[in-house]
Amino acid sequence: MDGFAHQLIAGIATGGIYASVALALVMIYQATHHVNFAQGEMATLSTFIALTMIQAGLPYWVAFFATLVVSFVIGALVERILMRPVQNAPVLTHVGVFIGMLLIISNATGWIFGHTTKAFPTPFQSDGLLFGGLVSAHELGSTAVTLAVLILVYLFFAHTSLGLAMRAAAYNPRSARLVGIRVGWMLALGWGLAAAIGSVAGMMVAPAVFLDPNMMLGILLYAFAGALLGGIDNPSGAVIGGFMVGVLENLAGAYVVGTELKLTVALVIIIGVLVVRPSGLFGRVVFSRV
Amino acid sequence: MRPLLLLAGLALALLPLWLLEGFHLFQLTQAVIMALAVLGLNIVTGYNGQISLGHGAFFAVGAYATAIPMSLLDWSFWATLPVSALICGAVGWGVGFPALRLGGLYLALTTFALAVAVPQILKHKAVEAWTGGVQGLFLLKPEAPEWLKLNPDQYMYLVALLVAGVCYLLTANLLRGRIGRAMMAVRDNPTAAEAMGMDLASIKTRTFAVSAIITGMAGSLSAAVVEFVAPDSFTFILSISLFVGMVVGGVGSILGSVFGGLFVLFVPNLAEAVSRSAPGVIYGAILILFLFVLPDGVAGLVRRLTTKKRVIPGREPS
Repeated sequence: MDGFAHQLIAGIATGGIYASVALALVMIYQATHHVNFAQGEMATLSTFIALTMIQAGLPYWVAFFATLVVSFVIGALVERILMRPVQNAPVLTHVGVFIGMLLIISNATGWIFGHTTKAFPTPFQSDGLLFGGLVSAHELGSTAVTLAVLILVYLFFAHTSLGLAMRAAAYNPRSARLVGIRVGWMLALGWGLAAAIGSVAGMMVAPAVFLDPNMMLGILLYAFAGALLGGIDNPSGAVIGGFMVGVLENLAGAYVVGTELKLTVALVIIIGVLVVRPSGLFGRVVFSRV
Repeated sequence: MRPLLLLAGLALALLPLWLLEGFHLFQLTQAVIMALAVLGLNIVTGYNGQISLGHGAFFAVGAYATAIPMSLLDWSFWATLPVSALICGAVGWGVGFPALRLGGLYLALTTFALAVAVPQILKHKAVEAWTGGVQGLFLLKPEAPEWLKLNPDQYMYLVALLVAGVCYLLTANLLRGRIGRAMMAVRDNPTAAEAMGMDLASIKTRTFAVSAIITGMAGSLSAAVVEFVAPDSFTFILSISLFVGMVVGGVGSILGSVFGGLFVLFVPNLAEAVSRSAPGVIYGAILILFLFVLPDGVAGLVRRLTTKKRVIPGREPS
């Protein structure tokens, strides 16, 4: 029973990571109706930047926030330089650009920082496990950080005028432009925020899975599965979906399929959701009329 | 004009039989195979407008569908081809069916997940007896009949050319006919297509199955030519290479698929020559450059250079 409880809690901790990547995916989806395949690679790059700063002697939290800023700038620049010129092109072009970015970033990361697996420090040090051996300090801490990020994002979108402007720009670009919102910059802002959220996910997951240039590939798929499960157009649904996928993955890995097929679990969830309930658990059902 | 061009193309394709040998001919054989795989992807993405990032998975299914009977049951290569086509078609239909219910990006991500999961599935214990697990399977390439007087490399090139040629002809015919027009109608204007009485879901899933069969044939050929299959030859990088090859060669162009195959095989080597440490950076940069500057790919460039501009008053030259 203890084993089960531990698996459940470990699942919630990894689920938090998936939830934040899923949130980043949903945010870009809401702002642009695209799913960024390079999201994971961008997060890995951010994590490497954070590691470099920590190794240079900066305190953890200084490096943490500096990485957020750097990631935000990178994300916004990517939108300005790579996505802007093709914003009216067909979906295929966007997917192509994402794939190109994925190749460039993952290769450049390996080239600059090396292909070896690296340990990444966690700010939540403690001796042994807490609460009678159920949960490690890092699991608890990273879940708390993830929840904090999610709450901040919610507050930003629901209760600030900038958040409202971003939602307006995504929902109806033309009307938004007519009331004076600079839609182009809102998109760049959305990309920056998504990159920053992704970097938090990267820094929180790296101590658990170790850092290497391909760290986020599987995580991106789980996050996508989570986003789909919760409903790709619903941020809070994506968060809940991310947690659910984390728990499902851990329990399935421990009791059903073993660790070798963990990625296949993501595939099964994705296909399962698409077959049974394409709008996800909390998504809006969209009807299209001919 | 058309038959003449085809004959010239055939002669050009046969020339390397005597001009090249050994490793170079082997490489060219693989380029032919890649061209076939890219053609499969082009059917569904170029002509039907559905983005697949997982065609490496069908390549893998085709390769194993040939390797398992040849290696474990001593079948001949030719006997495995229909079986491989059946299996790939079924798998393509099975994957396409759920994902095609939703728009382009969902399919892209689902197929991407498939591409990532395939090596894991092939390595799994439950199928290890058949797939040989991580070790993979060895097989022997089909031998040339006596009367052809060809060495094994030449014969494999001929086999690949034959299979690819037949698939290219069949595909060209399919795309020119009623079904091909339906595929393109679904791509260009689904609403109008449905109003005309086309069953969108059925056309999409069938297109996906056909496309999986063509790419699967390429996988079958590849297994016979390389004489070896293993899960790690079929990572998601393969799927992405096919995608890049299609974009660079020309989306929605049969000729473009040929350029795409050449690109997939030869450009990674070139990229490695330019920068040993990060060939992927160059690969990705080429992809993005093409999307920005030449979205019709090499085939589009060729078309632009060979067709005369006819300016109709009051209209943009096309």
